[in-house]
Order: sequence, then structure tokens, then C-alpha cells
Amino acid sequence: MDREQAMEMAQVVLEASEADQTEVILSASQSALTRFANNAIHQNVAETVVQASVRAVVGKRVGVVTGSDLSPEGLRQLARDARDLARVSAPDEDFVSLPGPVPYSGETDFADPATADFTPEGRAEGVRLAILAAESQGLTAAGAFSTGWSSTTVANSLGVATYQCRTQAELSVVVAGSDSSGYARTAAAQVSDIDAAALGETATQKCLTSRHPQEVEPGDYTVILEPEAVGDMIMMLSMYDLGALAVQEGRSFMAGQMGQRVCGTNISIWDDGHDPRGLRMAYDFEGVPKQRVNLITDGVAAGVVWDSYTAQREGRSSTGHALPAPNHWGPVPINVFVATGDSSLGEMIANTEYGLLVTRFHYTNMIHPIRTVFTGMTRDGTFLIRDGRIAAGLKNLRFTQSILEALSGVSAIAREGQLTDYVWCPAMKLDAFSFSSATEF
Amino acid sequence: MEDLTRLAVETAQAAGASYADARLVRSREEQVSVKSGAVQGLEVHAGQGIGVRVIADGAWGFASTTATTPEAVAQTARLAVRIARASATTKRQDLRLSEVEPARARVRHTARQDPFAVPLEERIALLLDCDQAMAVEERIKVREGFIRLVREEKHFASSEGADIYQERIETGAGIEARAVAPDGSDTQVRSYPSSHGGNMGTRGWEIVEEMDLLGNAERVGREAAELLDAPHCPAGVKDIILEGSQLALQVHESCGHPIELDRVLGMEASFAGTSFLTPEKLGNFRYGSEAVNITADATVPGGLGSFAYDDEGVPGQRTPIVTEGLFVGYLSSRETAPIVGLSSSGTMRADGPHRIPLIRMTNINLEPGDWSLDEMIADTQDGLFLLTNTSWSIDDKRLNFQFGTQLAYEIMGGSLGRVLKNATYNGITPEFWRACDAVGHRAEWIMWGVPNCGKGEPMQSAHVGHGASSARFRNVRVGVMEE
Repeated sequence: MDREQAMEMAQVVLEASEADQTEVILSASQSALTRFANNAIHQNVAETVVQASVRAVVGKRVGVVTGSDLSPEGLRQLARDARDLARVSAPDEDFVSLPGPVPYSGETDFADPATADFTPEGRAEGVRLAILAAESQGLTAAGAFSTGWSSTTVANSLGVATYQCRTQAELSVVVAGSDSSGYARTAAAQVSDIDAAALGETATQKCLTSRHPQEVEPGDYTVILEPEAVGDMIMMLSMYDLGALAVQEGRSFMAGQMGQRVCGTNISIWDDGHDPRGLRMAYDFEGVPKQRVNLITDGVAAGVVWDSYTAQREGRSSTGHALPAPNHWGPVPINVFVATGDSSLGEMIANTEYGLLVTRFHYTNMIHPIRTVFTGMTRDGTFLIRDGRIAAGLKNLRFTQSILEALSGVSAIAREGQLTDYVWCPAMKLDAFSFSSATEF
Repeated sequence: MEDLTRLAVETAQAAGASYADARLVRSREEQVSVKSGAVQGLEVHAGQGIGVRVIADGAWGFASTTATTPEAVAQTARLAVRIARASATTKRQDLRLSEVEPARARVRHTARQDPFAVPLEERIALLLDCDQAMAVEERIKVREGFIRLVREEKHFASSEGADIYQERIETGAGIEARAVAPDGSDTQVRSYPSSHGGNMGTRGWEIVEEMDLLGNAERVGREAAELLDAPHCPAGVKDIILEGSQLALQVHESCGHPIELDRVLGMEASFAGTSFLTPEKLGNFRYGSEAVNITADATVPGGLGSFAYDDEGVPGQRTPIVTEGLFVGYLSSRETAPIVGLSSSGTMRADGPHRIPLIRMTNINLEPGDWSLDEMIADTQDGLFLLTNTSWSIDDKRLNFQFGTQLAYEIMGGSLGRVLKNATYNGITPEFWRACDAVGHRAEWIMWGVPNCGKGEPMQSAHVGHGASSARFRNVRVGVMEE
């Protein structure tokens, strides 16, 4: 679905609607994922999906209807159904208006043609390269290689008319032996940024290095978190605490803390949908251009992200962080960046007398959002550092830790970073991280 | 519907598939959400699509589309074959599927009262009444409630001759209150009848009526506020009694996932992980105490994980998983079962037309024991009664788990005592289940629906069920957060 087609469809909806205000979101995607395990492809899928979502406003009553029939009559029916739904709803007195158009002259096409057109055969070749190193060592590789193109069109009866498209590609590799495993991943906007053989090699080396894992007692340790683990931790903080609705509902530590010191002065976190190191977005799901928002600056609470609903409650403007309506969770930063430092992973290890190195976390979950206490497991490469060297692989551990406390004792940050799910971040060395129990492998 | 699925299968065969199946799915979902006195979400999702799964050159391929024109369906089928041939470039051996009698069936939904016939105004009014009832004091900052209805029609056809039409209705609802301390230092939540999606089943409006949401709303608000004043759950080792909905999640995470045979065989290693229940343990591993009996049962009336046929056309079944503590069964598929010498237990389900079927939980039930909850409490000297999940985490082999609950009661000398907040407990799966010495009886046994079970890449969300009453576990580590 190109811009012209999408705008024509959006216009059909807006012209057919009899609601006071109407918004239409048209989503189109072509995505594919090749999954492998035990050194062979075992699942291999592709999907072509188009969908329209119509939000109708009647007074302060709102209804949302989503459908996949994008014929002119199907679109007109969605407009009628959304209006009918809004009419039977009860009013939301906090709702003011859909957003109006906001000028934006930046890029909106973030699609890489080679990624959009990537083939099943290309993904299979990537998998073959990714498993080479594991296979040569008698180990087994598992993972997923995905490529995709998507577009989002948002138009409303107040004049918003936005279109953006992008591509993304990702390859993850887990290599496992009899008593250890290793992990590597690259996520990017262009498939050409993925070096499948190198990822397979990294995961294999981690697996080999963590063979014959030792046990350590649960407790507080100096810990070096690789970017995947840092990204998981920061994503948890972003989801639960760094949106305006979380503050308004009193479930965020940021409530009442703006301008106050909340963690170490070497920590800065912001959201920026336009930074090419992430997966770029020009607009949010209300068609509002995405603004860069400083969340934590030099350890001080600087701001949260807003959509039109939360912003209008307080007489502010949206920062362009709406998710598709209806959205009970509120606005969330999904293009998060963490400031780099002047160290490197190698230097951090060399400067650690006794500590742990963690490749990634598994199954993290927030226990208390205001205290920012979260839990999870280590996975796929946990190591003991002794006298500046990786001394042994370790059996995995469970942590139960306040994120802000962890970020208050960061003694080194890497110069380089990488994109994890929604967070671009560097590796970090933390003075203390609390491991609460151990597992058997 | 039949014509398009047949076209997909025949096109795939003509393109070289040795096996093909197609699922055409039409669905409608209605959700009403109320928040703090206002309708915040009134949404209808109507969609359709077709997914085509094939074996060509001995390997799997799958493609799907929302376009249901004959041309688009045929193109999708040919793409699935092309993808399968790409898969075959790395294969170790040709795929082999266990035998299944091709079924021809028409299956109606099992709802007694069509929930879609209940006027939207009535659904909204019920939730707004609950919202008002939960507003017991100023510290209740957020009240939420929802009612969710799903209707799905699915037509499955395969190159082996299966031709199955199934219709399904699901109904679910729940309410929740969030209290916030005046100084912003604490927040506590209470939910009913459960957290993370209330309760849900393959039932009609009758499930909402049985919940008596309004009759419980004031209590939910009051308990959320009281939790702000409650002491923290101290760290220690206690006997614990898990209430049904928390026990359901315990079963889900520590039994339901590790018995998925695809996990066991490494097929989920890259994402969700593997399993400690490896094949050599089948039939000779002591998973729990003799009080522990667990079944996988797709035939329970009204269960969210109930169905007549799975998405490979295999009939839904009741399979023993743990019998008097002994591990005896897996959830399996036509591909995985023969690898360990079994036949499919009929558990392959897909999250809509755009996803491939995976091994998913059906209703994984902790079968009833002999105890009432009151008897269990009276028989406990120094323990905790833990209710309603708030956080959950388990390692990638499903051994080390840690859960948090919304509410805990102290148990002292056989009686309930103080309310405690921020309770957590953790353990190692088989050690924990071996420490189970009391299971609640059938009169208190409830089917809990879990509508958000995540698995697979791309991620799929499955609707599964767990029958559970309550159960006691001896000498469990609690209060990790306060150490």
C-alpha cells in the first residue's frame, strides 16, 4: 500500500463518517520469519496483512472499529459502525479532541528496498551461515531471521494526513551445548547490517566459554551487563514508569520527582524516533510528529512522553507518543536511547577484580513500579570475572533488584551501543546487583 | 469458505506440496473497557484471513493473507510452497507426521446465552456500576473493568481429506482497583475474579452473571486501599496456600509450558527456552507428591482451552500429565509425537489465520483433592494464604520460578491473621510440587481462563484454561523483595 492508495482509502472513511470527529489508521505489512532449531529450519512463515481502524467521536463519546475489508464499501461500513458504537458509549469527560495537524518536514520513508524484497532463499542462506560455527563445534544453533516492510497511515477529520513506512530485519542466534549456551543478535532497519556468520560465531564462543558452569551463591555482586541485559532493564523502566498516564495514575516513580535526582549523574535516557540508530518513526499513531523527549538527564528526572489524551488533561501538547486507540496503558517511549560513556566491555572486565558478566536476561517482570523492583533470570552466557579475566561460566541466577538503585551505582559505561528491542544502549558496569536465588543449569 | 480452503490446498499440491492444509478464519471481537467512571475503550475488531501450511521437499512452509479473493489465495499457497523449498535447504531429514483419521465435522459453539445479544448499553452499565462501587475512598485512584466477547468461525481443510468447520464463542470479564498512597510512595492493586484479564471461558453471558462483578466490587476497592496500610510480607520460609487463580498460573508456568513437546525437543530454544522434562523422564520422574494429579483436557465444557479439533484436524483429548506425582504425558503434535514414539495429543493451535499452529496448552488442570480451603487453613500453623497474581517469572527450562501476589494473609495457629502486601514466593519446580501435601476439593474447583499465553516467533497469544481449587505447599521461601 503506497501513500497515494492509503490516502484515497482514508478519504473514503472520512467522507463517509457522520461523527463529530473521525480518525482512521491504515496499517499494511509484509513480513516473513525463518526460524531454526537443532541446526535446521523448522518453521518458515510469511504474512501479508492490511487493516483499518476507525475512531469516531460523538461529543465526548468514542468508539473504535477495526476491520480487514478495505474495499470502498468495507471502509464506509467501518465509518458507520464506529459512529454507531460511539453513540451508545458513555462520555469520557477527560476527552477533549483528536489532535490537529502539526507541521513536519522531515523524512517519512525509512524503508530499505533490499530488506523489503528479501527472499525466503536469502533468509535460508543467512540461517546456513548462522549455524556454521555451532555445527563445526558439535553444538546446536537455534534462532530466528526476520525481515519485513510496514506502513502506517493516519488521517483525521481535523486535517491530519500522515504516511510513513519502514523496514526492519533481525537475526538472533542461541547456540547450546550439553551444559551451556550463548547468544547473539542484531536488529536493524536494513538486512545488510546483519552479519549472520559473525552472530553464529559470537554465540558459539559464548557457549564454549561457559562450558562446565560453576555455581555461585546468590547475593550482591559487581555486575557487567551487556547491552541486551541493559536494554531489557531500561525497557522495563520505560514501559512502567516513563509515560504520562503512569504518572497521572500514580503508578510511576516519576510522579512528583520532576527535576529531582533519581539515579547516578552518569545516566541519561531519552526517546528519539528520528535517530537512525533505532527503528525510526516520523509520527505516532495519532499522526503527531515524534519529538525527542529527555526522560532522565544526568541522573535527574527530566520528563515523560505524552499522547493527546494525557496532554490535553493538563493543557499541554502531545510529544508524539500515542499508541493505537483505545490504549489503556497510555503513551510509552518506544525509541529509547541511553547515553554512552568512555569505557568498553573489555576494559570493564579488565578492571573488575571479582564480579559477574551477564549476556542477557530472561522473563523479566516488574514487581513494584514505584520502587522499580524487577525480577528475572540470567540466560545464555553468565560468567564469573576474577582478577580482570573471565574465569568461568556460571549457572544461571535470579535477580530481584531496584532499577533506579542499580542505575545509581554505575561505575563504567561503554563507548559503543547496540539496538535491542526498543532501546539503543551500551554495556554497563554496576557496583551492586542483587541476585536472590539460583537455578540448576 | 470451503471453496477457498480447497483452492488453497489444491494449488499448493499442484505447486509441488506433498501435504497441505488451509485455515480460513473469520472473527469478531467486542470489548468494552471502563476506567475511573468513563468508557475508555469501546472497540470492535472484525477480521478474516487464510493461512496455508505445506510440506514440500520434506520441509515446512507457511504463508497467509487477509485478502480472500481466489487469486490472492492461490498466490499465497504458491508462496508457502516456495518457502518450504527454502526450508528444505537446511533440513536434516524429511518431515514425518503421525497418522490421523481425516475428519469431516461441523461443530457449533457451546455458549448458553449469546453474549453478543446482550446490548452494549447493558454491558457498559454493569461496568460503570462496578466502577462506582469500587470508589470506596479517595486513595482509590484508578478503577477499571472490561467485558470481552469473541466469536470465531474456522474452516480447516487438508490434502488428506479433512474438512472441519468450527464455531467458537468466548466471554470474559474482570474488574480492578488501584490505590495510591497520598504521598505517592506506594501503589497497590486488587483484581476480581483474577488479574491479567479477569476470567474467560468458551461460554456465553452466563459466565459474567456467575462472576457477580457488582457483588464483589466494593470489596475489591476496600482491599486495594487496605493494602496501602498493610505491612510488607517479611522474608522467611513458610507453608503457603495458593488461592485458585494464583494456583492456575503456577500450573501454567511450571507444568503447562515444560510439557510442551516442541520445547522439550529444542524447537523453542531461541525464544521461550527448553524444558527440564526431557524424554527420558517420561513415566519415571517424580514431578510432585502423590497428591498431585494433572491432566491436559481439551474436552472440559466451557474451558478457555477447550475445542473439538485442533488446527491439524486432530480431535481434542484428555491426556494424563502427572498421575499421583509421576510425570506421564506431554502436549504434542503430529510432527513431534512420533519423535518420542507417541501419537499427537491434539494440541496444535494458531493465533488466528496469520500464524502457524504450535503446541499450546489446552486446559491444564490440577485435579481436585480432598480438602476444603477452611480445612487447609485450620491445619496450617505458620503460613501464608496468597491470592491473585501480580508478577511472574520463571527460567528458560522452567525450574526456578518467582511469583508475586496482590494480597497475602498470615496464617497463625490455624487461623487467618494480618493482611500483608508485596508478597513473593519462589522455588524450584519439582521441589515445590513434591512439597504439595493438600489439594482443594471439587466443590471449590474453578475453570480459570488465561487469554494471553505468549509463545513463538512471531509471537502468538493463546487462550488456555486451568482447572484449580487451592493447594498447600510446605516450607517455601517467601518475601524475597524484603531481604
